[in-house]
Amino acid sequence: MSKRMLFLVSLLVIASMVLTACGGGSAAKTIKIATQSPLSGDQSVVGVDIKRGAELGLEQMSAALTEMGFKVELAPFDDMANPDTGVANAKQIVSDPAILCVVGHYNSGVQIPSSEEYHNAGLANVSPANTNPKVTTRGYAEVNRIVGRDDVQGVVGANFAFNKGMKSVFVVHDKTAYGQGIAEFFKQEAERLGMQVLGFEGTEEKANFDAILSPILAANPDVLYFGGMAFQAAVLFKQAREKGYMGMFLSDDGFDSPDAAKIAGDALVQGGGTFYSTVSGPASVYPGTAKFIADFKAKFGSDPQPFAAQGFDAMGICLKAIETAAKAKNGEMPTRAEVTQAIRALQSYSGITGTFTFNKIGDPVSAQYFIIQVVSPDPAKWAENTIVETLDIAPPAP
Amino acid sequence: MKRFFGTINIRELLRPLGQMLVFSAGSAVVLSVITLLLALFLDKSAAGQSILARFNVSLFTYVLVNLPQVLIDGLTIGFVYAAIALGYTMVYGVLEFINFAHSEIFAVGAFVGVEILIGLDAAGILGTAPLGMAYLWLILAILAGMVAAGSLAMAVERIAYRPLRGAARLVPLISAIGVSFFLQDMIRLVESLTTGQFNRIFPTFGNFDERLVFGQMDMSGTVITLGISIKSLIVILAAMIMLVILNYLVNATKIGKAIRAVAQDRPTASLMGVDVNRIIALTFLIGGSLGGAAGVLYAAKFTRIDPFVGFFPGIKAFTAAVMGGIGNLTGALLGGIVLGMLETFAGSYLSAFTMGAAGAEYKDIFAFGILILVLIFRPQGLMGENVAQKA
Repeated sequence: MSKRMLFLVSLLVIASMVLTACGGGSAAKTIKIATQSPLSGDQSVVGVDIKRGAELGLEQMSAALTEMGFKVELAPFDDMANPDTGVANAKQIVSDPAILCVVGHYNSGVQIPSSEEYHNAGLANVSPANTNPKVTTRGYAEVNRIVGRDDVQGVVGANFAFNKGMKSVFVVHDKTAYGQGIAEFFKQEAERLGMQVLGFEGTEEKANFDAILSPILAANPDVLYFGGMAFQAAVLFKQAREKGYMGMFLSDDGFDSPDAAKIAGDALVQGGGTFYSTVSGPASVYPGTAKFIADFKAKFGSDPQPFAAQGFDAMGICLKAIETAAKAKNGEMPTRAEVTQAIRALQSYSGITGTFTFNKIGDPVSAQYFIIQVVSPDPAKWAENTIVETLDIAPPAP
Repeated sequence: MKRFFGTINIRELLRPLGQMLVFSAGSAVVLSVITLLLALFLDKSAAGQSILARFNVSLFTYVLVNLPQVLIDGLTIGFVYAAIALGYTMVYGVLEFINFAHSEIFAVGAFVGVEILIGLDAAGILGTAPLGMAYLWLILAILAGMVAAGSLAMAVERIAYRPLRGAARLVPLISAIGVSFFLQDMIRLVESLTTGQFNRIFPTFGNFDERLVFGQMDMSGTVITLGISIKSLIVILAAMIMLVILNYLVNATKIGKAIRAVAQDRPTASLMGVDVNRIIALTFLIGGSLGGAAGVLYAAKFTRIDPFVGFFPGIKAFTAAVMGGIGNLTGALLGGIVLGMLETFAGSYLSAFTMGAAGAEYKDIFAFGILILVLIFRPQGLMGENVAQKA
């Protein structure tokens, strides 16, 4: 680089720093709430609707704060379902003093490293979808979630298979914190119940499952369990049916996406059918969501995907806590620590997907778990999947 | 008519078919024998006991019963690798550099083919199409993929490689890696602007998902069905047809003679009146269209594609080309089949032989380990005479 170039570049850098500094100074009464979810890539179908749910929440529930003279804004971030991107975004989020709360993450594997940043900065995080136990068991005061946990969800799945009279199972997982975590809980419970676990394999394969299917077909288990996300599970299930496996497919809440039907189609309803456990029922099962669904459709022109309603509620909790903290300070801008405390102090916050009170590690004191059956190979009918079981279970003692 | 047939060199049509048969059968027999011997050897060991406990059969029977399916799967993916490997090897033959952008050319082919089919599906044409039409649409998608990928490969050569001809060997290599990233992001950009989704799914139509069943085998209670899905059959057949045509083109036509001349000695070929630039562009066109067709076939077989879909098949096909002897067409074919077989064997049997300690996820380590062994003992590749001669 020549000297002149160097000079120009340094001038640019200085100029941009000055500009950023100015930008920060003028936004004294602005409160921002960040969302982090995959807005692009494999899992964007669900990730985008988490953001949209939160956006709708902000629109409908920020009136109280606006009256107090605050300007409330949404700061959406795309974590691309990738831990590195999530952490990079988190660093950016904590460095913006206007952000007081984060609604986020769809993937536990992204939430866990990203929340280390929130924890260091004392920034509150309400998770609409993360189910890995480690999300809360680290005991961070900042991290809360409004859904159930995998150590319960895996157990629920295993119990369901056992009660259906299934005797053997082959477990496959995607080697992520989420997928492998839930698969291990499933396996432990299946073994405890006396089911035969014929295999336990991890794979990052996305296309060619031939090799992993050979031992599965040889074992011919009653149930093929996949711990992970729909875009992998559905391809595996489709190829298993093509090779003549006729048993039951069972998966977890990562499977809850219409993409599954788009990929696997008929394979899901043939043979023993397809079931998945989830911590988030279709938006229509919750009594309070009728208005939410109508508003969502009016604003975005499509039905809300799984976890959109949870995105709405997580946003509601953030706003409520900020409001409480601001009122306690006579309308002053609350600090991050005050918002964090206010979230844990909420008693029976009534959202559209349930009534939330957090225990001392940030789990809801009771969470709902569902077993859902896929009823149609048509992705447009994903929302019509039927609920086979609904259970209210408290989290394991912290 | 008679005259026309008289000019066709039947020997060059039959030779590659014979080679494919020999390579497929050869690698199948060698790997099967090794695996079966290993199974016999380990039958009484802990690995054999654990299979006995789980499936109530000996390790040897377990391996034998699964063998036919493993061979079919290995052959299918092997032919896909071979079709992509030919693109690497042809470019290496004429330019002596590795076209790392080839994996993205493959991905572009896959995207073009799949987008056309998705469009047809959305228009309601595919769902109701009779069987014959379904095949016609598939062929159309493959051809579109070939045209797009082939012309893209030619454009890449013109823009990114030709200005660098004569530069040091590493320079076009770096340029190729740059093109590879550029194309990946272009696919991402175009897809996110048009459909908003990276994840494209090959629509279900025709009878491609059905399965031809040959028979059933009983493994003490567990019935194993033997069969091949129609789409695997299509992949194998299409790859075979393309390989035969390519072989004929290179070995029995005037253009092929020019390609071989350029590969052997560029300045001399140019003195003999061969338009070197045109021949090099043609090489990219042929290699690119093979890659594009392989892309559509890959999407048909495995259903889901994303902008990064080219990476792994690309690396594997490159490996196959090196294993067979890069620059050598027959070598790429052999390398592809051997690598596909190795990978599938490893994936299917590793967990049985290691009692579940090392599952299918370690198949690549195994396949690449073999590659390292091949390169240590035969650095020119399994069939590398052509390269040795050039160097």
